[in-house]
Amino acid sequence: MLKIHNLHVKLEEEDKQILNGLSLEVPAGQVHAIMGPNGSGKSTLSYVLSGRDGYVVTEGDATLDGDSLLEMEPEQRAAAGLFLAFQYPVEIPGVGNMTFLRTAVNAQRKARGEDEMSSGEFLKAVREKAKDLQIDAEMLKRPMNVGFSGGEKKRNEILQMAMLAPRMCIMDETDSGLDVDAMRLVSDGVNALRSPDRSFLVITHYQRLLNHIQPDVVHIMSNGRIVKSGGPELALQVEEEGYGDLLAEAG
Amino acid sequence: MNEIAVQTKDVTPQAGAAPARAAEGLQARLDATDLPQGGFTAAARREALDRLRQMGLPAPRDEYWRYTDPRPFNAPVPQPIAIEERAPDSPLFATLDRLTLVFVDGRFDADASDPLALEGIEIATLAQADAAEDHWAAGLYGVLEAAGQRPVARPFAALNTAAARDGVLIRVTGRPTRPVHIMHRRATAEADVVWHHVLRLEPGAELTLLETGMVGARSNGVVEADLARGAKLHHITAKRAGHQKLGLSHIFARVDAEAQLKCFNLSVNGTLMRHEGVIDIVGDDASAHIAAAVLGDGRVGAFHHDDTVFITHGAERGESRQVFKKVLKNGAEGVFQGKILVKPGAQKTDGYQISQALLLDEASQFLAKPELEIYADDVKCSHGSTTGALDEDAMFYLRSRGVPKDRAIVFLVLSFLADALDEIEDEVLRGEISDRLEAWLTRRAAK
Ligand SMILES: Nc1ncnc2c1ncn2[C@@H]1O[C@H](COP(=O)(O)OP(=O)(O)OP(=O)(O)O)[C@@H](O)[C@H]1O
Ligand SMILES: [Mg+2]
Repeated sequence: MLKIHNLHVKLEEEDKQILNGLSLEVPAGQVHAIMGPNGSGKSTLSYVLSGRDGYVVTEGDATLDGDSLLEMEPEQRAAAGLFLAFQYPVEIPGVGNMTFLRTAVNAQRKARGEDEMSSGEFLKAVREKAKDLQIDAEMLKRPMNVGFSGGEKKRNEILQMAMLAPRMCIMDETDSGLDVDAMRLVSDGVNALRSPDRSFLVITHYQRLLNHIQPDVVHIMSNGRIVKSGGPELALQVEEEGYGDLLAEAG
Repeated sequence: MNEIAVQTKDVTPQAGAAPARAAEGLQARLDATDLPQGGFTAAARREALDRLRQMGLPAPRDEYWRYTDPRPFNAPVPQPIAIEERAPDSPLFATLDRLTLVFVDGRFDADASDPLALEGIEIATLAQADAAEDHWAAGLYGVLEAAGQRPVARPFAALNTAAARDGVLIRVTGRPTRPVHIMHRRATAEADVVWHHVLRLEPGAELTLLETGMVGARSNGVVEADLARGAKLHHITAKRAGHQKLGLSHIFARVDAEAQLKCFNLSVNGTLMRHEGVIDIVGDDASAHIAAAVLGDGRVGAFHHDDTVFITHGAERGESRQVFKKVLKNGAEGVFQGKILVKPGAQKTDGYQISQALLLDEASQFLAKPELEIYADDVKCSHGSTTGALDEDAMFYLRSRGVPKDRAIVFLVLSFLADALDEIEDEVLRGEISDRLEAWLTRRAAK
């Protein structure tokens, strides 16, 4: 599904290298987690994969089912099935949550040559999924993320993810800011989406989320590279011991 | 919004009094202008002409015309402009239950209009009424305009009072169930249109007045609105794409105790436009809101849009709000001059003013001159002005969901304009304007 090979990325505005030869592969149907100290480049990786401006790829490649992502516009990557749940979802006053979401769903369908969703179908689907995530109708009507609490914003990200049904889901610290119950709701939402042809890359600082969403592989990132990969037990080790020994051992 | 510049100029406009300048240019302008004698308006017209001769036409160096070139308005006649093809949209508000009045090149077209009858209002056209010597509007025609000439001269408004042939005279005594909709149409390429409305809202009366369409190659409009105690006027104007080439308008409003004035203007294109709002709050607990959403695109030709507002608080606990938003691209220019004057004794005034521009490219520019002049100690007044580009984080967020770039820009422009549109109280009217805006933006997005 997602293959990242020897990715080197620097900032466009200043001469600062952030990703230093990062390689990673997420096969179809798997959940991979990325953990790593603050500033190790996790969010940068998610932005570069989804096409944000401001970064220069100096070496390496990233492909989704064999197609290089790096040449595509952000909306093309989305239509190709990539989704990023933001660490900090953006507030957009004056644009209704529903209007936006419906536009996004239909824009992706159009780009893929599929039929658009009628407003009836859309409403039905959105209500159902919102209910699962305990997002009430009033929130759906509000402007995008405006006045949403931190946890509400994160749940709204997962609602978007459920509606857009991407194949490759990247979640950047979706768990931070969630209370215990919300964490369960979000995890249930994610688990419901798990399928043999959908993959997840879950960026997190805490092992707790990984109790709910069982990862197949856990990667440790440091200084813009994956320095160690292993099973779920790696997350436990981080939780208990911190990064010190792990990073020292990885050199 | 990324705030990249706040341009403010701290200059107080002076009363324009340069009689020497008035001479030639003004005479040429008047010679080319048709000046009716008038019936009930005769005296007001003569006085307006005297005022105009005193003031003279504005010169580019006049402080109040510093950012907008008055010369195309000073010119004796406008450049003819071909009658445009029908707009692809259906007319605004077409599906609403309303009283429609059609003006063609500024003259009332009775055949195309509804009968002049609506419960709770008395309505006549200026041309009709001015055949007689007496009319209720005699106490207002040119009166609010004259009052609005101080402290800043507004010569084109005086010219309007002297030259206007037609318009509507509406006296509201009740609360009509339907809005009145004035639709302007063009018929001849060279029409230089002067229209003048007088609105009188009796105590507790309410009116929604809509004004849309295309007005001449050049136009000069004046609205005089007198709101008695507890009256409520909602005035919404919307000019369709590319239709009004040279446009100048003034609204002079007098707002008495507990009355509420709400003005909203939607402007799209036009070579040179200037809208002045001159609002006097004269009674306690009154409120006046004036807002505009402007879309300017310099691609098809020059675009320059000036909103100039002067709100005077002369009573206690008055509330005023100015919300001006301009979206500019391809070298379009936006101007905002907005003043709040709080007179001695106008305690507990709450005055708010915001002017913002969204520049879609670096060729466009916005100039703002916010001013506060306060002579009372217990007041709350604020103003702000920002100029910014599209928010890149928001752009990326939208696009990362699969929304194409053009469409994402439309969303962000609508988002930027939302505060101005919120000044339209009526949900249905707001919805129509918002849908229309969206349609326009979508159609032009790629250009
Ligand atoms: N636009 C930028 N300008 C300057 N520095 C940047 C920029 N973007 C990222 N960086 C730097 O790159 C490094 C990686 O940042 P990134 O946000 O990817 O880290 P992260 O692993 O997501 O951290 P966290 O766990 O705190 O979310 C940091 O040192 C950050 O300061
Ligand atoms: Mg991060």
